Amino acid sequence: MDKFDKLSGIAAPLPLVNIDTDMIIPKQFLKTIKRSGLGVNLFDEMRYDREGNEIPDFVLNKPAYRDAQILVAGDNFGCGSSREHAPWALLDFGIRAVISTSYADIFYNNCFKNGILPIVLPPEQVAVLMKDAEKGANARIEIDLENQTVTAADGTAFHFEVDPFKKHCLLNGLDDIGLTMEKSAAIDAFETKASAARPWV
Amino acid sequence: MSPKTLYDKIWDAHVAHEAEDGTCLLYIDRHLVHEVTSPQAFEGLRMANRKVRAPEKTIAVPDHNVPTTTDRANAATMTEDSRIQVEALDKNAKDFGINYYPVSDIRQGIVHIVGPEQGWTLPGMTVVCGDSHTATHGAFGALAHGIGTSEVEHVLATQTLIQKKSKNMKVEITGKLRPGVTAKDITLSVIGATGTAGGTGYVIEYCGEAIRDLSMEGRMTVCNMAIEGGARAGLIAPDEKTFAYIMGRPHAPKGAQWEAAMAWWKTLYSDDDAQWDKVVTLKGEDIAPVVTWGTSPEDVLPITATVPAPQDFTGGKVDAAQRALDYMGLTPGQKLTDIAIDTVFIGSCTNGRIEDLRAAAAILKGKKKKDGLRAMVVPGSGLVRAQAEEEGLAQIFIDAGFEWRMAGCSMCLAMNPDQLAPGERCASTSNRNFEGRQGYKGRTHLVSPAMAAAAAITGHLTDVREMM
Repeated sequence: MDKFDKLSGIAAPLPLVNIDTDMIIPKQFLKTIKRSGLGVNLFDEMRYDREGNEIPDFVLNKPAYRDAQILVAGDNFGCGSSREHAPWALLDFGIRAVISTSYADIFYNNCFKNGILPIVLPPEQVAVLMKDAEKGANARIEIDLENQTVTAADGTAFHFEVDPFKKHCLLNGLDDIGLTMEKSAAIDAFETKASAARPWV
Repeated sequence: MSPKTLYDKIWDAHVAHEAEDGTCLLYIDRHLVHEVTSPQAFEGLRMANRKVRAPEKTIAVPDHNVPTTTDRANAATMTEDSRIQVEALDKNAKDFGINYYPVSDIRQGIVHIVGPEQGWTLPGMTVVCGDSHTATHGAFGALAHGIGTSEVEHVLATQTLIQKKSKNMKVEITGKLRPGVTAKDITLSVIGATGTAGGTGYVIEYCGEAIRDLSMEGRMTVCNMAIEGGARAGLIAPDEKTFAYIMGRPHAPKGAQWEAAMAWWKTLYSDDDAQWDKVVTLKGEDIAPVVTWGTSPEDVLPITATVPAPQDFTGGKVDAAQRALDYMGLTPGQKLTDIAIDTVFIGSCTNGRIEDLRAAAAILKGKKKKDGLRAMVVPGSGLVRAQAEEEGLAQIFIDAGFEWRMAGCSMCLAMNPDQLAPGERCASTSNRNFEGRQGYKGRTHLVSPAMAAAAAITGHLTDVREMM
């Protein structure tokens, strides 16, 4: 997993609430046995017409946002299916951070496993950043994970909260499984204890 | 000892390691696997030369991609990419030595129907799957939730998940349900009341007389959609109905182990003075048969209502409602019962169990679907299908003009050939009415099985109570 420390980039505005993972990556693209290559189908049904032509109004088709690295989105982003194809598609497109008031639980966790930072801010701060995002290349948003700040185009810095363990893993690009395997003695001990207490499991 | 919720009790019994900041390794008792969200996880194991730590606790079944037509043994019924995913699961199950129900096995079906049916899901367990509807298993008093593919790989390798504890939310449904009102109407009504993010950060325990009165099938329907309300998991405390459902199933404990298990299972309830972070109460008698009008499960109304207008909402929901109305092709003020439909889908992990088929068949018996309407029943497992045939339900569906299909996820998410065409409108017993969910530009109205059957007869959304 790629490290995430600082990011300065253009943000694409997606002011819709309840953007679900079916919108982010429709099911026909889940028939892959790889993690890569999904970026071209990110937001497929909003981004292309039935013939595969780009829909010019969709934000990621506008010239200013083709290289966006940040999304500013409406409430409850990533609701619905557990498909990790959603963060895989975002990452493959080049998105490294999302800013919203709230996320669905599974999507939120999936982001951290893929080097994407989902930032939660209060509605009035998301509104400021949404306005910045609407300015396209005229406004860059800066994210500093170490100091947990998002800086708007006018220099105002907003502080965000993030779980210390998730932050540590993201800053260092750490593999969860390797970390957990270092605790295999604790897992062994738990299994011994649990199989005595609940042998039917 | 301080009072605990059911969630607290299950959580405490599964913490294998706790770091100073409260990050825990939660031990996983059952790991369910399907073909769509697992190939990258198994590939990850291979690349790192890792094994499945507890293959005996890992159960795999292909369900999302599989065709549900009776000729599906013919490989040509599957697209190549679907076939590759199913074959990858065949190979991964074999290579890693995990429990497996292939497409050809009568026990094959939707993973969340197969798990309980085979007795893999038991009270007090932790159950995960790379599928958000894992919440279904909470009906047994098991802590069950969906995970992403990276977490699937983590569980395969370590039999644990890195977790922080969620908050406790109680959803109480008091009193009795009125005739024609089902578990599906309860769970949709709760989402209507709390919103799709109302449960975010919580584990919900459903309780109250109306929940206790539900069968195990009904309880699974309620917990299944906990995720649609944003919750990590839904739970219902086990009781005599739970134990009766489990007893004698292939992987349920037997003999002395059954007695030992029962002794623990009977302690699995929330203490009277347990602390709740959020409480929602609905009166059972206030719940009506409901239907969704929009593109989020929270867009739900009693069937007697009319289509709302965007200005009925506030904040970001105003634009979302307008978008939903445009997508769904509906006009504010239109009666929901005036909405004509093209397709009826009965099935899914929400409503593909035997009781769901009985409820739909009770409405359809001796009747015919409306001419020109497409209607299909997709049983949740091969065993549900066999039981429905034995009970004569299959014949009722066939006589009513329904297609009688093989088991799978089918049109719930339309990864197999069962899809809506653009603009086509469906009364569906599934769980998501998202844009494009059942097919590109397809329009979904979520309903109970009885309501779906009623709509099939009339050709429009219908109040099932008028047919009872």
